[in-house]
Amino acid sequence: MKNLRTYAFWGTALGSLAFAADAPKIDSGDTAWMLASTALVLLMTPAVGFFYGGMVRSKNALNTIMMSVAALGFVGITWAIVGYSLAFSDGSGILGSLSWAFLRNVGLTPAVIAGTTYTIPHVVYMAFQATFCIITAALISGAIVERMRFVPYLIFITLWSILIYAPIAHMVWGGGFLGKLGAFDFAGGTVVHINAGIAGLVAALVLGQRKDFGRQAVLPHNVTYIVLGASLLWFGWFGFNGGSAVASNGLAGLAFTNTFLAPAATLVVWTILDILRTGKSTAVGAATAIVVGLVAITPASGFVSPMNAIVLGAIATFPSYFVILWRAKTNLDDSLDVFGGHAIGGITGALLTGILAQKVFNGVGDGLLYGNVNQFFIQALAVGVSTAYSAIGTFVLLKIIGAFTPLKAPVKEEGLGMDVTQHGEEAYTNGEGAILVNADIATPNIKTRAVGGTD
Amino acid sequence: MKMVVAIVRPEALNDVLEALFKAEVRGLSISRVQGHGGETERVETYRGTTVKMELSEKVRLEIAVSDHFVDPTVKAIIKAARTGDVGDGKIFVMPVDKVYRIRTGEEDTAAVTPVS
Repeated sequence: MKNLRTYAFWGTALGSLAFAADAPKIDSGDTAWMLASTALVLLMTPAVGFFYGGMVRSKNALNTIMMSVAALGFVGITWAIVGYSLAFSDGSGILGSLSWAFLRNVGLTPAVIAGTTYTIPHVVYMAFQATFCIITAALISGAIVERMRFVPYLIFITLWSILIYAPIAHMVWGGGFLGKLGAFDFAGGTVVHINAGIAGLVAALVLGQRKDFGRQAVLPHNVTYIVLGASLLWFGWFGFNGGSAVASNGLAGLAFTNTFLAPAATLVVWTILDILRTGKSTAVGAATAIVVGLVAITPASGFVSPMNAIVLGAIATFPSYFVILWRAKTNLDDSLDVFGGHAIGGITGALLTGILAQKVFNGVGDGLLYGNVNQFFIQALAVGVSTAYSAIGTFVLLKIIGAFTPLKAPVKEEGLGMDVTQHGEEAYTNGEGAILVNADIATPNIKTRAVGGTD
Repeated sequence: MKMVVAIVRPEALNDVLEALFKAEVRGLSISRVQGHGGETERVETYRGTTVKMELSEKVRLEIAVSDHFVDPTVKAIIKAARTGDVGDGKIFVMPVDKVYRIRTGEEDTAAVTPVS
């Protein structure tokens, strides 16, 4: 560590080249796995789109999927321009600097993040982390589907990725104070899931309910999409957790295996709870269980033993299961249970990491159950800080955007469906009654307005 | 007996059903239809293809009622389905010659009176 700092001092003018002189060489196996992991995690964002898209009514299916797809572009570019630098370059305990903005000094030499040198090219590390930021922003959309106008949504996720995601990522992973305190977050329990879950809760409160909420049952229009989305999420999550080892080694293997075992345990317990409660196991429940199990194992995946991953997945079922049941009876329109799934699952996982961690497996430290009581309180602090920052930041950001443009679609447009009013497309159309418009001839006669306008 | 046929907006269906049940109108059929009633066409674009959607999704309700139930039925539908914009729909009331209940063979008014 001291050695590195000396290099950093002498080498400011040379930037990352100074680190390169000290760094181990790029490892082809590590790089190969991180390239694959990056693609796996990127796939998770459209997977969230399908997971959420199946849960909404058919008139909002495209809008819901677009909320995830748009994040690939808007958040991805923002990340490269400024987000990555603010999150991962050296700075204060809370925020990085702009030294890597516009990917300056982000080259093909080994990545050096918060004093640790990795054996993969810096650009690959940047791309891998970009996929995390993208999916975190996309996860929030589940709380505000079927009513948020699309343009304010785009502005929101773009600014959110800079103002809320980047600081929390820096605090935990980028050399900030939570990481220095020794908070365990292997792949994003605090940074991704608590952050997105709390932001979703706040966004649902700021936007308010859908017009039909509590008055009529709003049922999923395609449960097969929900299961498809959850399945693709599980597949991508092997890169999410396995790739967070930033190497192709035993630790990656541990995280990978735990990513398989924990959701499997959640799936079993959830199914049993379903059967005990209603006599039937549900497909929506199974898909939800997979996601909750994945969320919970995320912070713990590289810290706990495989048997403890099963324990963690099983325990994590209960808080999310009952919060989701309870939420449906309240007037909180967190439409697709981002809070119950991600915030509650993430908190459970982060705290259980502090209990079940074992140095024999992670090489870093033990949890409460193995004699290190302190770790539990560090985890609790990390949960508290990320919750508070995400809640306050999201609230202020939405209020500011809302001061310039309405966040919520008018009731009429909501009734007609967000697909037609926001995108001018329908997810399921057979073309009956559609008349071709020849732009050259017909333009003057066409009212380019959606139905439900002001006439 | 009369047959009340109502065409309403799909998003109004739930309110209409609620209003009908409150008015104690039981026994109806619904179907999804597409129609055109003079509302502004919406324009949709799929890559280079721009189309005017002339037909809108509507829901058609068919309710056979005895004469003294016509008025409450029509009132309930109008109250629940009206938004004030073009496209709220229509209600048609038509005479019915005969009604049979298949299960019992009951006829006419007895056949459209719900079993309590």
